[in-house]
Amino acid sequence: MNTQNPANPSNQVLNRDSFFASNLRSAHLKDFLFGKLIQLNAIAAIAIVFLIFIYVGKEALPVFYSAEAKKEASLDNLFTRQNYGTEDMPLSFVWQPVSEVPKYSVLPLFLGSLKVTLIALFFASPLAIAAAIYTAEFSSYKVREIVKPIVELLAGIPSVVLGFLALMVMATWLQDLFHFDYRLNAINAGLALGIAIIPIIYTISEDALTAVPRSYREASLALGVSPWKTAWSVVLPAATPGIFAALVLGFGRAIGETMIVLMASGNAAITSLSFTDSVRTLSATIAAELGEVVNGSPHYSVLFLLGAMLFVVTFILNMLGEAFVGRLKRKMMGT
Amino acid sequence: MLTRRTEFSGRVFQFLTGLACLIILLMVVLILGNIYIHGHGHLSWKFLSAAPEEGMTAGGIFPAIYGTVLLVILMTVAVVPVGVMVAIYLHEYSSKTSLFYKATRLAVSNLAGVPSIVFGLFGVGFFIKFVGGNVDRLFYGGKLVYGQPAILWAALTLAVLTLPVVILTTEDTLRSIPNELREASLALGATKAQTILRMVLPQALTGIMTGGILAVSRGAGEVAPILFTGAAYFLPELPTKLNSQFMELGYHIYVLSTQSPDVEATRPILYSTVFVLLALTFLLNLVAILIRSQMRARLRRTA
Repeated sequence: MNTQNPANPSNQVLNRDSFFASNLRSAHLKDFLFGKLIQLNAIAAIAIVFLIFIYVGKEALPVFYSAEAKKEASLDNLFTRQNYGTEDMPLSFVWQPVSEVPKYSVLPLFLGSLKVTLIALFFASPLAIAAAIYTAEFSSYKVREIVKPIVELLAGIPSVVLGFLALMVMATWLQDLFHFDYRLNAINAGLALGIAIIPIIYTISEDALTAVPRSYREASLALGVSPWKTAWSVVLPAATPGIFAALVLGFGRAIGETMIVLMASGNAAITSLSFTDSVRTLSATIAAELGEVVNGSPHYSVLFLLGAMLFVVTFILNMLGEAFVGRLKRKMMGT
Repeated sequence: MLTRRTEFSGRVFQFLTGLACLIILLMVVLILGNIYIHGHGHLSWKFLSAAPEEGMTAGGIFPAIYGTVLLVILMTVAVVPVGVMVAIYLHEYSSKTSLFYKATRLAVSNLAGVPSIVFGLFGVGFFIKFVGGNVDRLFYGGKLVYGQPAILWAALTLAVLTLPVVILTTEDTLRSIPNELREASLALGATKAQTILRMVLPQALTGIMTGGILAVSRGAGEVAPILFTGAAYFLPELPTKLNSQFMELGYHIYVLSTQSPDVEATRPILYSTVFVLLALTFLLNLVAILIRSQMRARLRRTA
């Protein structure tokens, strides 16, 4: 006879339930842990930015308190005109950290960075913005599909390769053309740097132009305005914040770029306003000198201070660029 | 009269913008052409597989290729998991209005703009002096093992530098995965973790690979961050341990072109090294572009 134990099936059900329940619990536990892990990584991403500032700044701190550093590289030495010689010699700004009397004036380096960056911007921005206008407003789909990947290709060229070409090839061409006093000078480095920042300026400008709604153009064209006039006086003004962002971010990229200026600028820290002199930039100074300084010496700390300054400058430029992009977005959404 | 003049200046304006495009294209052609013409002649199997000889004026660049590959492999292992998880946070977990979301977004965009030389300083100050120094103090009794330039620290420095690349590419991919997939999974009772691990990530795999490849191509070309964190001009042996120093293609180019005693003798070697580095980065970029275009095509078909 089929005598079933009535307790048995329900027992099984109970077991199965508790099995599911424990499985569910462990799934929820895993879910919770996974969420925390993800959050931890996001925290790490934020922490890295702070860590960069803290650990670059930490190595620079002795400039402000160490007695040794104060003697050689006080803030006065860094930023104001100094007398390095006899009483009646004119005061000067000199960067010459490896010498009997180490001289740490950062002005020639600031000037160098600024000169090279300005040349790069003046060379790159008209080209890049004009090219962006062409691909966004006038070109056919086919041309656009050729130009964009090629600009991406340009962006993919490592900066050491551009530096190499500026050093070996472009410097010789420019020398033959203009007969500069120095073969490696601010113009040579600036032009090479300009080539390096064309992609970033082009890409951001192009994004800004294509973000302008089609209706702007249609309205203008419907009123009988010619395509170029539409591009010039309707689309371009609407995209202005984006173009500003492109320039600001291009500036930030140029001022921090290292290998190109290290190889192509001549690296002489001369305090002059001439664009045909050799220059030494902030970034190139760090790259050229950090390898040979004594760990913890005033020179070492000053180089980290230069790095911290570069970090702060580019950080501010980035924020500014982001703000411009944000403004463009709000403007285009019509709020 | 007036319309004719605007017509004319319009033509000029259009012509000038087109010219700018052409100039940029010509520059790229000139750069690549110059390197191809001077670089491909010296290439040979021996050049790729032999070590440098006679003070870098002869021989090959194998140690530099080996060092570069090892460096980017270590970098990828470090950067991809972190980058993917940050992207998952940004796209799957955060609320777009929360302060934490905005802070993370800001951190990522600022990280992308930090100059590469500053990453180098960070590598020295944080990885070598702080992490390496403390590891030596705690585990090696103060003996100098990890508190010095090493391939591990160079790779981690590059990982920090390429983090935004991985995050942004992965985020793009996550954005392209339809929400219905997530909703279906959640509706069947799967937890969020299960949904992401079993539904979203498998779909995002090619995109994550693209991010990794782009990071590698970026990392392989960067020299400034590894100047002080582990790259060496010449080493008789290949790097075998995590704390070995290494030779690297970009660094090789830099040293060879600025500190060579005989520039004319090294010129062919130099050009071929540049050719190899460019070929490597372009090949990687090309693969990434192809994967991406295929992904877009697939997306269009499903949409």
